[in-house]
Amino acid sequence: MDPQQLLYAKTHEWVHIAQQQGSKFATVGISAFAIEALTDLVFIQLPEVGKIVTAGGSFGEVESVKAVSDLYSPVEGEVVAINTDLPDDLETLSTDPYGRGWVVKIKLTDESSLSSLLDYAAYQRQCEEEG
Amino acid sequence: MVDFAGWSMPVHYSSIVAEHRATRSEIGVFDISHMGRFRVSGSDASAYLDSILTRRIVDLRAGRICYSLVCNQDGGILDDILVYCTADERGEYFLLVVNASNREKIFGWMHEHFQGLQVELDDVTERTAMIAVQGPAATKLIVDLAQRTHDGAGCAELKYYRCMHSEMDGVTLLLSRTGYTGEDGFELILPSDTSLGVWTSILERGSRLGACAAGLGARDTLRLEAAMPLYGHELSEGINPFQAGLEFAVNLEQRDFVGHAALVRLHKDKDQPRRVGLELSGKRLPRESYRIFAKNEDVGVVTSGTFSPTLAFPIAMGYVAPGYATIGSPLEVDIRGQRVAARVVELPFYRRPK
Repeated sequence: MDPQQLLYAKTHEWVHIAQQQGSKFATVGISAFAIEALTDLVFIQLPEVGKIVTAGGSFGEVESVKAVSDLYSPVEGEVVAINTDLPDDLETLSTDPYGRGWVVKIKLTDESSLSSLLDYAAYQRQCEEEG
Repeated sequence: MVDFAGWSMPVHYSSIVAEHRATRSEIGVFDISHMGRFRVSGSDASAYLDSILTRRIVDLRAGRICYSLVCNQDGGILDDILVYCTADERGEYFLLVVNASNREKIFGWMHEHFQGLQVELDDVTERTAMIAVQGPAATKLIVDLAQRTHDGAGCAELKYYRCMHSEMDGVTLLLSRTGYTGEDGFELILPSDTSLGVWTSILERGSRLGACAAGLGARDTLRLEAAMPLYGHELSEGINPFQAGLEFAVNLEQRDFVGHAALVRLHKDKDQPRRVGLELSGKRLPRESYRIFAKNEDVGVVTSGTFSPTLAFPIAMGYVAPGYATIGSPLEVDIRGQRVAARVVELPFYRRPK
């Protein structure tokens, strides 16, 4: 996926929205900026398929030698798929954060949170401010 | 960059694990200027230090270094420090290297305990800098650097916990065979206005030997594998030297110092929590303040934990009730609500090959 075409949460998750059979699905991952800041990943905790998530609510966690960070859902909906390859291949998060490094797919039940997400340019500005 | 006791310091330059591995296999170079440095001189200096430190200082001769604790009246640890005995044109003096987080506390404590003795105490932290060069190739690099300006003799032969004056890049500095990584290595104390030049030379000359700059993160994982305690984690005013496994740093015989009476009593107390090392299963990391359980009983607390890059599994240090401190004890650590199997193991986790 092209990072310039994605939406971003302030908490560093990226979102790609696709329409399928009248429903909207969000693919969610972790931005390259966040992965680079974490470095030395050791563990990822994924949610179960079927979990109901709220916008801004935690759906999992990613842990590095440095720190453990919650993963926050940028949207409201139901988890319909998880990337089961990730726990045994955390490298993918750094080598292909916007492709094979996707984390979960969520079927949206409410679209109102989409408007508060950042576009690529706005997210870049936020990253520059965080240094 | 993070704030560490008022110093802005890098957690890592490249990555914690990469810097850790470089230090174990080649060389890691650490800017440790944040460590507090006090010059103690005067005719009563050694008697004075002997009266406030747990180690016998009156026997310490120039060129020697000892690890000591500073304890309060109750035997609680105020800090763990290095005491260098060295000399310059003004004569013999002591240099104390204290933890950055305790610099003001210890300076104040030392002032309170002069008791009319002939002592001069000078905080030279900001006038000096400190660089650690650690790893199996550290000696090669130090000898090479010293040879650029003079013969470099003595550096390679310098024994563990000894110090000497040396010269690098035209800068006279105090070189010691000490470190906080579990590797062979050196620490340099030099005038702060010369430190950037020397730091740059070390990295430039060291690059062909595999040297890389290493930050606070790797310093922590390296010292943890070597089971070296860190003040604020394994050590505090609520912990005494015997619990911490630092009996070797307390000389009780035929002397008196602040905390002596309490330490004599604590020395006999076998019923107190002990510092232990833990190996954990799984991938999640035990972190400070996580509780340790034996079945359903809360028996202790984690003080430091990490992923061990050398062993490739999670490790921790912590304090547990004495009945659970024996090697092999099966325990559990509560990692954010999930119990993870752990086992008490011998310390250190890592010992460098001879």
